[in-house]
Amino acid sequence: MTSKQPQPQPQPQPSSGPDLSPSADPLLDDTRGRVARAAAYTAKLLLRDKGGMIGLTLFLIVVFAAVFAPYIAPHHPLQQDLTRSRQPPAWHDAGSWEYPLGTDSLGRDMFSRIVYGTRVSLTVGFLGVTIAMSIGLVLGLVAGFFGGRVDNAIMGGANLFLAVPYLLIVVVVAAVVGRSLINVVLIFGITDAPLFVRITRGEVLRIRNSGYVESAVSIGAGKGRILFDHILPNLVGPLITVATFEMSAMIFYEAGLGFLGLSVPPNIPSWGNMLSAGRQYLATTPWVATYPGFAIMFTALGMNLFGDWLRDVLDPRLRRKGR
Amino acid sequence: MQRYLLSRAVQSVLLLFGVIVLVFFLVRLTGDPARLMAPREASAEDIAEIRALMGFDRPLPVQFAEFFTGAIRGDFGNSVHYRAPAMGMVLDRLPATVELALTALLFAVVVGVPLGVVGGSNPGSIWDSIARGLGLVGQTVPNFWIAMIFILVFSVNLGWFPSFGRGHWNSIVLPAVSLGLFPLGQIVRLMRSAVLEIRGEDYIRTAYSKGISDRRIYVAHVFRNAAIPLVSMLGVQFGYLLGGSIYIETIFSWPGLGRMIAESVAARDFPLVQAVAVFTSLVVVAMNLLTDVAYALIDPRIRYDK
Repeated sequence: MTSKQPQPQPQPQPSSGPDLSPSADPLLDDTRGRVARAAAYTAKLLLRDKGGMIGLTLFLIVVFAAVFAPYIAPHHPLQQDLTRSRQPPAWHDAGSWEYPLGTDSLGRDMFSRIVYGTRVSLTVGFLGVTIAMSIGLVLGLVAGFFGGRVDNAIMGGANLFLAVPYLLIVVVVAAVVGRSLINVVLIFGITDAPLFVRITRGEVLRIRNSGYVESAVSIGAGKGRILFDHILPNLVGPLITVATFEMSAMIFYEAGLGFLGLSVPPNIPSWGNMLSAGRQYLATTPWVATYPGFAIMFTALGMNLFGDWLRDVLDPRLRRKGR
Repeated sequence: MQRYLLSRAVQSVLLLFGVIVLVFFLVRLTGDPARLMAPREASAEDIAEIRALMGFDRPLPVQFAEFFTGAIRGDFGNSVHYRAPAMGMVLDRLPATVELALTALLFAVVVGVPLGVVGGSNPGSIWDSIARGLGLVGQTVPNFWIAMIFILVFSVNLGWFPSFGRGHWNSIVLPAVSLGLFPLGQIVRLMRSAVLEIRGEDYIRTAYSKGISDRRIYVAHVFRNAAIPLVSMLGVQFGYLLGGSIYIETIFSWPGLGRMIAESVAARDFPLVQAVAVFTSLVVVAMNLLTDVAYALIDPRIRYDK
């Protein structure tokens, strides 16, 4: 779901911009035309919004770095050279452009490791959110749609997870299950699901009580039709917005776990692991601990700017107010 | 109102029961808690000894009954590492964490509320830009990273503040600011959008048309209405502060619960981990209950009687 929605946006076609007029016959419900018009409209809104454009650009740069890491990184991220241990960045007197951001304590190229680190962060963020959203969507739909005892049971469980400090659960579970990429993805996917359950359920209840669903019921629409024609399409907006922010949060939390030595194994280059390793050299060679932080901020900034824009666009009430 | 309070209290008790169950099973997630608690180099006999010693060889319901009756009395057994009652250690470390969390929250409120109000009142102004910028900074700068930067700049280079420990008054500045940055961003964003929205309401226009002064409108209408979401946010943020203290206390060697969690997790000292987990959850559940009560008291529109 997450991969589907933002895709139409990066193809802004200026020529198709003004094509927002309704089709010749508005009663002809041409789905393809509707999607194309929505995409064109979204692209137009995106081009108009500076923050959203910057956010999307930053995020796409990170995705690009993750996909083409072997071509971008000048060195292998694990290639050690102890004779070049903790070499400063290129613009220092002792630095060289062979290692643009310097080297860490084992003489590994910082820049290459940061580039490869995008892979861990994006994998955790993307898969974690996908799992959390899938669980949350199903359970939230069931809870909101059926209500009663099922609702009580599901929400009881969700509220339980939401009552415990999030970071505490994550740290304890990570310590229990051990360090691996799959474990980290599963931890975030499962512990973040209650949030999506709550949001989905809330939205389902809101939509079910709305005037248009009432109208649909009054003309004899069945449960299935209400679910697929009215509830699910209206869930897409809020869920994708939350997913954007949660993905950024997971990238944060993964780095935090790495910082505590609880995320992916130390041989995998990740931003958290780099921060953790650099911490002990903070006073003498600060770049080892500081540059991975810039990478985290760069990614988080992109996703937050994009998420802010997405929320404004997907919530027409906010759009009208022009915020 | 009374019925609402009662049902919220019952809910909180149920929640705490759930927390105890959750914590009990978390440690047994891999199936063998004895191996988990044993040092990495432990032999099979060592692990068997731990299993018998901790009672992990008994039936699960028996273990749970014992854990549960202990937990409600605040007895989580002895810390493996310190050989002292786990709960006592938690209570020893509590004041330092509360001090840090409250200072961080105070910093966030004192800076965030005025900035958010000024920004929301003057959209497009320089103050609004600062408010929006700070809102974004709070969300995009990891606290464990900014803490290191603060140490680098203010301790190592400028020497203004100590980089670790808890003693002199100024030792709390860097930890509290790094921890408070995220809630600060949240508060600024919330206040800004709340004020922006309230300013557009009909009752504000009515107040202006009656000739009421700007100042009075802000005190009597804008601020009072913006305070409602703020209260509920502060309750939520408290849970975050307890979690975030895991990093901040570790970095600044602040002798509180957060650092104890990090240390006991690293030392595989699970009785201690369980004690901290149940206790902090208790604090968070209690805070949420208080927040809801405060919410109902502040906002006359919220009446939960049926």
